[in-house]
Amino acid sequence: MVQRLRVRYAKRGRLRFTSHRDISRAIERAVRRAGIPVGFSAGFTPHPKISYAGAAPTGVASEAEYLEIGVVTACEPDRLRAELDSSLPTGLDVLDVVEASGGSLADRLQGSVWDVRLPGADPAEARDAAERFMAAERVEVERLTKKGPRRFDAREAVIMLTAEDPDGTAARTAREGTEETADRDPGPPCAILRMVVRHVTPAVRPDDVLTGLRLVAAFAPPSPPTVTRLAQGPLDARTGATADPLDLDRDTRGGEPGPAVRHVGDHK
Amino acid sequence: MSVESLFPLLEPLLPSVQKPIQYVGGELNSTVKDWDEATVRWALMYPDAYEVGLPNQGVQILYEILNELPETLAERTYAVWPDLEALMREHGVPQFTVDAHRPVRAFDVLGVSFSTELGYTNLLTALDLAGIPLVAADRGEDDPIVLAGGHAAFNPEPIADFLDAAVLGDGEQISIAISEVVREWKAEGRPGGRDELLMRLASTGGVYVPKFYDVEYHPDGRIKRVAPNRSGVPWRVQKHTVMDLDEWPYPKKPLVPLAETVHERFSVEIFRGCTRGCRFCQAGMITRPVRERSITTIGDMVEVGLKESGFNEVGLLSLSSADHSEIAEVAKGLADRYEGTNTGLSLPSTRVDAFNIDLANEFSRNGRRSGLTFAPEGGSERMRKVINKMVTEEDLIRTVTTAYSQGWRQVKLYFMCGLPTETDEDVLGIADLAKKVIKAGREATGSRDIRCTVSIGGFVPKPHTPFQWAAQCDHETVDNRLRKLRDALRSDKEYGKAIGYRYHDGQPSIVEGLLSRGDRRVGAVIRAVWEAGGRFDGWSEHFSFDRWMSGAERAFDGHPVDVAWYTTRERDEVEVLPWDHLDAGLDREWLWQDWQDAVTETEVEDCRWTPCYDCGVCPTMGTEIQIGPTGRKLLPLTVV
Repeated sequence: MVQRLRVRYAKRGRLRFTSHRDISRAIERAVRRAGIPVGFSAGFTPHPKISYAGAAPTGVASEAEYLEIGVVTACEPDRLRAELDSSLPTGLDVLDVVEASGGSLADRLQGSVWDVRLPGADPAEARDAAERFMAAERVEVERLTKKGPRRFDAREAVIMLTAEDPDGTAARTAREGTEETADRDPGPPCAILRMVVRHVTPAVRPDDVLTGLRLVAAFAPPSPPTVTRLAQGPLDARTGATADPLDLDRDTRGGEPGPAVRHVGDHK
Repeated sequence: MSVESLFPLLEPLLPSVQKPIQYVGGELNSTVKDWDEATVRWALMYPDAYEVGLPNQGVQILYEILNELPETLAERTYAVWPDLEALMREHGVPQFTVDAHRPVRAFDVLGVSFSTELGYTNLLTALDLAGIPLVAADRGEDDPIVLAGGHAAFNPEPIADFLDAAVLGDGEQISIAISEVVREWKAEGRPGGRDELLMRLASTGGVYVPKFYDVEYHPDGRIKRVAPNRSGVPWRVQKHTVMDLDEWPYPKKPLVPLAETVHERFSVEIFRGCTRGCRFCQAGMITRPVRERSITTIGDMVEVGLKESGFNEVGLLSLSSADHSEIAEVAKGLADRYEGTNTGLSLPSTRVDAFNIDLANEFSRNGRRSGLTFAPEGGSERMRKVINKMVTEEDLIRTVTTAYSQGWRQVKLYFMCGLPTETDEDVLGIADLAKKVIKAGREATGSRDIRCTVSIGGFVPKPHTPFQWAAQCDHETVDNRLRKLRDALRSDKEYGKAIGYRYHDGQPSIVEGLLSRGDRRVGAVIRAVWEAGGRFDGWSEHFSFDRWMSGAERAFDGHPVDVAWYTTRERDEVEVLPWDHLDAGLDREWLWQDWQDAVTETEVEDCRWTPCYDCGVCPTMGTEIQIGPTGRKLLPLTVV
């Protein structure tokens, strides 16, 4: 292995319904089609040297998924980004590739920023529920895992939780902001939750937080949520923000600026 | 008339169902064409779950060929699992295609590929969800032509009421011809409506339109005759045969799913047809004659297919892959070409002989020698003579021993239970054979680290085979024999632990037998079972024998027939069989003679090397065996 490359990719639109296994198969095939000189493990059934860090669950879209590829001949990161991207189906989009400087990528992924859209839910009710959730000390939720139902606290890992209107303003009342959107079709109401969650074990997922909202405030959205991970990376526990986990790799190569990334809100 | 995508209606349902990715489409190499620019629109259905249907070669080939036609578009649809079916009913979402999520009812043709009869109930679910009347006679001008193909379409009578038409044999050329008939008829302003279109298709002689044929019965239940009920319709409908496979090198751009499917590889058919003459094998009978794809076309297809798909495994498909006249060159050429690229090569369906071990060694040059599969099918020498599977016990033991001594640790042996004339002793012969295999293997390798797995399927007599007249073995007898075999294997202290045993119980075979050799009266059973909730009958967790038996009881009430009449009853030579008016090219007298030879344990040679014309296919279909060797070689590729 002469080089390790760290890749940030998005799963968007209807491809959010891919499972982690679906994605790893798609990536392995794209690597073959693109002719990327990936390394293989030794042994009876050689596996390509591709490792994944913290995959988003099936049904959840993401603007910030990460993997690492080991190659046997050195690759130029930007070219690999373009080739891998064009070999993947639309909706699995490669956003950023850097050469790994060392350290563990997984260790840098300390928390995630989530965007949870709740069509049909009242933004004011959502805000009220979010406030009650954040005011609680503990919110015990139960999730069905492969090993059966499991109870855990969903509150402590949540560093930040706010509710917004679709136009981006923090919700005050259900009808506030209608003037600004008067020339657009207001459509049915929609609440948007924005949360920063620390990666803990067992993982606290956005749906666990939604379960929590139901428990503390009887807040029950009428239709399934659309969830997107906007970012993941090192956590600034004080501000509740995440940093770009690939910056550390870039810094050692001379502090190149990070690439322009599509605005997190405008996924298809 | 433009058609809206159903995806916005479907999307909110997907978070609540299992494996939602199977319903979203977007596979690599899938095609979405402009609806309004096409004049002939096909929905192609494989009536099973996406994970089984997507890799199906037939659907992929037709999908690609039809989409290459300028005025034609083709999309795919699969059976939805009951969890999504319930939600679709609740929210009024109709059956959709996965390509552009268009409603199936909006298409001109719904082409359904039946590899097995156990997909019949899934056809009814799809029609019902699509809003297409289940019974063809109830359909109107806005409904698609429901057209069946695939091996089960060689006797479509059990689903005749639900079909507008069926085609027999290779689909490449006939699907293009059907497109042309539909295009012309639409261009003329749909003269005469649906019936005229069906008439135009039927008058080609290569499309079977069930409603243009009447079936009369004897009072005892047997068929008296099947005859056209109007002029211009052929008495017998012919099957289709693509003669030059090099002209049809499909799939060129294999579909690469995001969801996990049953075959994760690029498959190339290396030939069609088989003349080994195994009497139980419907595929071998109805796909005659043998037509090989040349070594160079195979090489090109593998190269293009791997590049287009990114798959890391190639399957060389056929009914008996080692019989290709240049298989050794193909194997060596591909193994050389892909050495060091972690590309796996596999060769399913091989016969029992030492040559196959050389091939398997070639294919596993860089990989693991895990398991080899052979199919002696019959447990005793006598049984193998009855089914014309010409393998002696000596051959088998020699072959398997060679495999063990060359490093293969595990050998799988396929057998059938319930074959005509079979006795308990024939089935118990499987245990003796397995023990001898292990004994010889241990002696040859000096190791006890070798295994053999015995895998047994129930035999079902199929139309257009010499066993089409045979009595199917009842499921109690089959289960009893399988139990005795299990006890014989397990009780053996010396070898029992080295022998694995896999079997299925006999009940599903009876239902398959009813559907395989059924006539139009069986349609009422299928409908009754479907109405009682029957779905996905090929899946043991969904299959219910009781549902089928009670459905049959209701449907056959007042008729002189029952399930046993269709399955365990032997037919005589003169009985009109439900599929006699459908021509697979096989001479009926030859089939009968072969059935008599089976009973007297007389073997028949493979005609590939000794041409004979006895079975009737070549002369009646105007076809010839097409085999090499071509003498050409696979060139090594320059690595890009």
